[in-house]
Amino acid sequence: MIEVHNLTYRIADAPILTDISLRVPLGGIVALIGPNGAGKSTLLSLMARLLPLQQGRITVDELTVGQSDDRELARRLAILPQTMHATSRLTVRDLVSFGRYPYHRGRPTKEDRSLVEEGLGLFELSAMADRSLDTLSGGQRQRAFVAMTYVQDTNYVLLDEPLNNLDLAASRSLMVRLRELADAKGRTIIIVLHDINVATAYADRVLVMKDGRLCGDGAPRDVVTPELIKDVFETDATLRVVDGRPVVLA
Amino acid sequence: MSRAVSGLSALGLLFLGSLFVGATPLVPADLMSQEAWELIWDSRLPRAFAVILSGASLAIAGQIMQLIARNRFVEPMTAGTGQSAMLGLLMVSVFLPSAVIGIKMALSALAALVGSIGFFMIIRRLPPEETLLVPLVGIVYGGVIGSAAVYFGFQLDMLQYISIWLTGEFSGTMRGRYELLWIAGAAAGLSYLVADQFSILGLGESVSLNLGLNYRQVVLSGLVVISIVTGLTVVTVGAIPFVGLVVPNLVSRIAGDNLRRSLPLTAMAGAGLVLAADIFARLVVHPFEVPVATVIGIIGAAVFLWMLYGREPHVS
Repeated sequence: MIEVHNLTYRIADAPILTDISLRVPLGGIVALIGPNGAGKSTLLSLMARLLPLQQGRITVDELTVGQSDDRELARRLAILPQTMHATSRLTVRDLVSFGRYPYHRGRPTKEDRSLVEEGLGLFELSAMADRSLDTLSGGQRQRAFVAMTYVQDTNYVLLDEPLNNLDLAASRSLMVRLRELADAKGRTIIIVLHDINVATAYADRVLVMKDGRLCGDGAPRDVVTPELIKDVFETDATLRVVDGRPVVLA
Repeated sequence: MSRAVSGLSALGLLFLGSLFVGATPLVPADLMSQEAWELIWDSRLPRAFAVILSGASLAIAGQIMQLIARNRFVEPMTAGTGQSAMLGLLMVSVFLPSAVIGIKMALSALAALVGSIGFFMIIRRLPPEETLLVPLVGIVYGGVIGSAAVYFGFQLDMLQYISIWLTGEFSGTMRGRYELLWIAGAAAGLSYLVADQFSILGLGESVSLNLGLNYRQVVLSGLVVISIVTGLTVVTVGAIPFVGLVVPNLVSRIAGDNLRRSLPLTAMAGAGLVLAADIFARLVVHPFEVPVATVIGIIGAAVFLWMLYGREPHVS
């Protein structure tokens, strides 16, 4: 379980997050939605210790973020940040292998290697495993990074807008795989999504943020309402129910 | 593997060849005489070792610096590290003139470290997409520190030292006067033990933190290697530009950025480049010679221009 207690974060007196508390138990997909600048990425970065905590407390299982050993946390929680300027000329296999680094610290075992091959296969990267990252398309590179977080084999996976560079087919196939990871392996995936329809289609739970505060939390069909579209996203898109789930007509 | 074998044999040939190049004529047939062996032992062999050590370690230092900066256009000699080493050495010569050479070297490397940390604190604030901003800032930063060194050198009447430090050359290398370069070589060699961590640094701070790396500590250890290598090279043979820039770029194109695989190649290529340049420097106006830094400067500038304009289309 990830627990966030009274989290507040400021950048030069401007409040980015204000008094956020939440719990994410093990298993399932949690979608984090909200307008631009709501503080979604900051919340994720704080959970993954990419930013130093200012006020509040975050625990991942029994580990306290900011106090526990970095390696220990790296085996419990993985994050894929939003912008990946991959100018590195690593091969796809090298990159995915680094996902095992928190375990072997440079001396991969047979088990590490077979997990890497499994990850490459799962994300359809086997054919391009020996290609350099800088020769891949944005979508393929994104997949390679997701595969790296997969082989990191953590209970919690945080993804910051992973669908940004992906076309429709690639987006769907990534979401389907994440769904499988949550269902078959009991992983917990917290994912920042821009497309509310993707959130309602794949997430078990939706968290809504606006102006640095949490303003909605629950099952997609309970959270995604005409009021949400109007009050949180401040637009008047129509909401229809299709096949039992709410769909925003953009 | 075959790449390593052919690289090593090429390097071995250059090494052997370099023993027979110099102002005093020496051919393999002379090896029967005692004087020939003394010449080799006191002068030619030390010179060959000094060239190989500085070439290999400067290339490795450049590669580490480029991974930390996540920018392919920086190298220690132009981005403030080399200039800080000179400034440090100047200060030591003024304030601790009687210090033993080891202390002088250590303080010069420390000054190089402070200078490199300063550089990285500045470029941290630059937008990463602006690839050319980082080397430009580096050149300005190095220039400012370099001119401070020149100013003090002028005031203290030590300008001739600065001109020696600024132009790397091996003509004065003899037994007993180059051995500190083994420390530079060892520092560069030790970085192989943490090659994975340096490769991960090249993926950025977030990925490094995500994988449980102590980011600051790994960056600092990289800067320590860079500073020891740069400081000791500047002091022993003088600044050799472009090795740390050109070699890692060429190696990265051929062998990628996984240091565990590419670092030995970088070391060999760096050693080979400086060795070839040093042989050329000894032959071009034989029996005199030109500084190796001048030869490398010309080769390096040409390769660098080719790198800038001949970039592969998919590299954004």
